[in-house]
Amino acid sequence: MSLVDVEGLRAAYGQVRVLEGIDFSIDKGRRVAMLGPNGAGKTTVLRALSGMVRTRGKVEFDGKSLAGKATADIARRGVAHVPEGRGTFPALSVEDNLRLGAYVRSDRAAVREDIRRCYGWFPRLEERRGLQAGSLSGGEQQMLAVARALMLRPRLLMLDEPSLGLAPIVTRELFRVLGDICDEQEMTVLLVEQNANLALDFADHAYVLESGRIVLEGEADRIKGDDDVRRSYMGY
Amino acid sequence: MSPRVRTAVICALAAVAVAIPFLFGPYRVGQFTLVLVYAVAVLGLNLLVGYSGQISLGHGAFFALGAYTAALLIEKASVPHLLSVPAAGALCFAAGFLFGVPALRLHGLYLALVTLGLAIALPQLIKRFDGLTEGTQGMTVEQPAAPGWLGLEDDQFLYLLTLVVAALMFVLAWNMMRGQLGRAVKAVRDREMAAVTLGVDLAAVKTRMFAVSAGYAGVGGALYVFAIGFVAPEAFTLTVSFAFLAAIVVGGLATISGALFGALFIEFVPVYASDVNEALTGVIYGGVLIAFMWVLPGGAAGLPRRLRELAARRDRHRPEGPRGGELHEEDADRVAGAAGHAGAGAGGMRA
Amino acid sequence: MERFIQVLVDGIATGSIYAAMALALVLIFRSTGVVNFAQGEMAMFSTFVAWGLYEAGLPIGLAVLTTLALSFAAGMVIERVLIRHFEGGEVLTLVIVTLGLFILLNSLAGWIWGFGNRGFPSLFSEDAVDVGGVRLSVESLGIVAVLLGVVALLFLLFQRTKVGLAMRAAALNPHASALVGVRVGNMLMLGWGLAAALGALAGVLVAPRLFLDVNLMGAVLIYAFAAAALGGFDSAIGAVVGGWVIGVSENLAGTYVDFIGSDLKILVPLAIIFVVLLVRPSGLFGTREVARV
Repeated sequence: MSLVDVEGLRAAYGQVRVLEGIDFSIDKGRRVAMLGPNGAGKTTVLRALSGMVRTRGKVEFDGKSLAGKATADIARRGVAHVPEGRGTFPALSVEDNLRLGAYVRSDRAAVREDIRRCYGWFPRLEERRGLQAGSLSGGEQQMLAVARALMLRPRLLMLDEPSLGLAPIVTRELFRVLGDICDEQEMTVLLVEQNANLALDFADHAYVLESGRIVLEGEADRIKGDDDVRRSYMGY
Repeated sequence: MSPRVRTAVICALAAVAVAIPFLFGPYRVGQFTLVLVYAVAVLGLNLLVGYSGQISLGHGAFFALGAYTAALLIEKASVPHLLSVPAAGALCFAAGFLFGVPALRLHGLYLALVTLGLAIALPQLIKRFDGLTEGTQGMTVEQPAAPGWLGLEDDQFLYLLTLVVAALMFVLAWNMMRGQLGRAVKAVRDREMAAVTLGVDLAAVKTRMFAVSAGYAGVGGALYVFAIGFVAPEAFTLTVSFAFLAAIVVGGLATISGALFGALFIEFVPVYASDVNEALTGVIYGGVLIAFMWVLPGGAAGLPRRLRELAARRDRHRPEGPRGGELHEEDADRVAGAAGHAGAGAGGMRA
Repeated sequence: MERFIQVLVDGIATGSIYAAMALALVLIFRSTGVVNFAQGEMAMFSTFVAWGLYEAGLPIGLAVLTTLALSFAAGMVIERVLIRHFEGGEVLTLVIVTLGLFILLNSLAGWIWGFGNRGFPSLFSEDAVDVGGVRLSVESLGIVAVLLGVVALLFLLFQRTKVGLAMRAAALNPHASALVGVRVGNMLMLGWGLAAALGALAGVLVAPRLFLDVNLMGAVLIYAFAAAALGGFDSAIGAVVGGWVIGVSENLAGTYVDFIGSDLKILVPLAIIFVVLLVRPSGLFGTREVARV
């Protein structure tokens, strides 16, 4: 059974319809990328899963419906969402940010261990552990955002355009570390990205969104390898 | 409401209004006179809060200022009654302008705080300068007397005089809101930033509006002196400012007729409430303010949209379920929409 | 010289009361984004409840503690039942609602306990002690000690506990907080509860010095606004420093400067509010807000 099962998902902001009936699923341990141009509705998919937007249709996580649930409750079920804008707390310290990531957990010793582990993955965060998160560079903030999400020990990790605003070299580094971590943790990932190249390298499976509908899906290497598809849907 | 129906309604109302002094005894007529007095002041506040989206918790202060101006002019400078009304209005207009220039750089909460301070300060100042104002003991003021040839009683004459002035003020307000100032004010209320791009001088418009509404409160104050014949600082405490606020909330923000309903409310509710219990008036005012905000915040035609701006600046959306996400996008849509409207000219402005 | 130190300490004591109230205002401003105009009346109501408990036979200390607990609960209820409905909405609406609450509580208190005044027992003895050669009243010292204790507790709460961290996060960024599983609504309830308790504390500390009547907290609220404005509405340190500055200057001015009579006294904090908001709206310690388009 899939960890995430979505059928006929429709979402709207007030009168503006953004998603027009989306179907997709994510099996445990798999990495799925959601691609597409600006305004296609990719971010809305993540927000729908996080309960941040009103939806219609089936949205199931681990067999249970997420529809109508509050964001905080969805997070408590193990869905870690790194949103656009990162969702970190610039006014709080790096370490406080990480602690907040583990807010719902009660296993204090394990939390401390996890913080150490995050520092292991992202040494630059450890160097700045007492500093305000807002004083970090863009790349470091993105790392913090990912680390914060991992502190939840999530069953599903959702990332919204992690490459946004980052220099290519920083992005490559970020994805390298991300790939390693997800391998190690056997993490289930839903990745929304505009940078199709990076996303297709990272993911196992991919969906392409356009104007609120899925226009293409398939194994990531096949899509990457298919020149025609790449050119028509990804423009390169 | 079509113009024909509206004219008919206004004529009917006018007929009723003129008939009142001949239908009731002096006490009742006096109450209705006060209703008209409050209506003028409340209209001023409504112009400011309802149409212009600013907030003032201190209009009682301008009301008091107008009252004392008229009182002093009549008693100490022997100015004829009728002249004291525009004088009070003009002085309060100027005071409102002077206060507005610095104060209107503040927004929302801070402006509320500062105007609250004004409402508290003024009675204290009145008491302090008792050499001029007779302080706590108050000042008796000669009320206008009915000229013999009219064949009216004093209370009837007073009522009709107040009615005439009030009607003038209402017509003036209606005209103003249809004219240039009105359009500018609504532009500011709807989308401040878009209005700036249209060339609206934000500070000037806001200050003018504040000054106008203060002027109205001042005229109301002068009429109040005619009606009561006595001024004392106790008559102008915070309660007055709160009563005006309750009046515009109940009467309907951003409507001209709302001022009348609100004035009826604040004149008659305390009379009946205090029969039951002296605390009841306050309980009703407080309860009404909360209830109206809960049930009918949209009773205000233009207020919600303006306030959404204030809220957007102090973004406090909570992400409980879908509402949080929705509001964000709606705001973005509105900016785009308003910018589109603004680009298309004044077509988006409503009367 | 001795007189000066007494006036100073007294001023810090009064200032501590303003600071407690200002802390309540700041707490709510940071979490809910609104200035709670009803904070003073809530405190007044609590003080009457304390008086009621005392009259019913409870020793004053127990009455106060019970009142603090009740006020905490009441604050949570007010947030959940009343304020919650308006959150995320227009600021002006909330202003009007808190004003409505102000008027309602004031009249309700009058209804229940009447509009007359009465005395209120002090938590401290009426003595004075000798400190370094200066006679200082136990009450003044006690009030300052209580405030410092409260500040220390709040510091521990916000900086060293998980709940405190969550409350700070919820106030800073409700969206991001929800994403880590913080139930923002509950955090807001806690904030209002704490604020109500702080207000009640200010009430029971100031009541022995003034008469307990429905207008007890009117002036105190204005002073607290001035303290919060001076310190910065989103700064807790600012609230404390602001409170002390205002308390001390009020006392010094009252003692050494003659022409500000009792009528005009209230104008001083009002003028401070006006000037601070115009010249430096973020106050001494607040965060500067950039005008966003």
